[in-house]
Amino acid sequence: MIIPHPLLGPRDAQEFTYMGDAALIDRPDGMAEGAAEAFDTYLHARDNPAGLHRELWYHEAGDRSWLVVTRDTRTHEITQVELARDVARARGRSQ
Amino acid sequence: MPDLAPLTPLGGTTPRRDRIGGVTIAEACDWALASVTARRGRASDAAGRMAAMIGTALPGPGAMVRSGDWRAVWLAPESWLLAAPLAGQDDIEARLRDAVGDAASVTEQTDAWARFDITAANPARVGALLERLCNIPPARLTPGAATRTVFEHLGVIMLRETDDSLSILGARSSARSLHHALTTVARSLA
Repeated sequence: MIIPHPLLGPRDAQEFTYMGDAALIDRPDGMAEGAAEAFDTYLHARDNPAGLHRELWYHEAGDRSWLVVTRDTRTHEITQVELARDVARARGRSQ
Repeated sequence: MPDLAPLTPLGGTTPRRDRIGGVTIAEACDWALASVTARRGRASDAAGRMAAMIGTALPGPGAMVRSGDWRAVWLAPESWLLAAPLAGQDDIEARLRDAVGDAASVTEQTDAWARFDITAANPARVGALLERLCNIPPARLTPGAATRTVFEHLGVIMLRETDDSLSILGARSSARSLHHALTTVARSLA
């Protein structure tokens, strides 16, 4: 599989490590009301779609970027790749 | 302080040099290295101060630049590897730290790496070697390109400064594995 890195162009999947569902970006506030339930869901509940899936890939053997890759789980077709940093910032995260 | 004898990454007293077919693989120990990583929100500040120090703008993703004695390699977003001739530069980390101030963090890297310079009179030889070394297409690793990738399960930085040369930086602790792999590939082409 080839992942089109937004900065470095097409790169072999061998250079990347799969780091899970992109929903992991939305870490709950541990101090909020109902944090235990929120963390239970955050840790254990995952969708398992047959189709488009947003997932985290870490360019471990490259520039060490974290990417949000939109991949079709049926065909491995990759339709969108973003820097996870940009995705997190767009959701109002501090960095 | 005892008088210590410096050893090359391969453990010799002089850098090793292999000529295989039309390709030369030379262990090289003549660069001082340091990485510079911008602190949060200080990327343009750090890049500006670095540019003033080395005399040219820092390279963008997948690229390297050379300016006088300095080489700068893009490593990661807001992070660069700086190289300068080792002679007279054993304080590279302090010099860079003075230049960037609190805009970036500087880490001495000189003895962390083993470097092999691969040269061939025929540039096609370098391309042929490259396509057996890593999964970066040779057509993308043109002069001025530099990238970190995998070669024989080892993380390496490939530097393509000119058409007929290629420098490979790998972990010094894996220098012999790297050298073995490079000479094996070169022999398969000879």
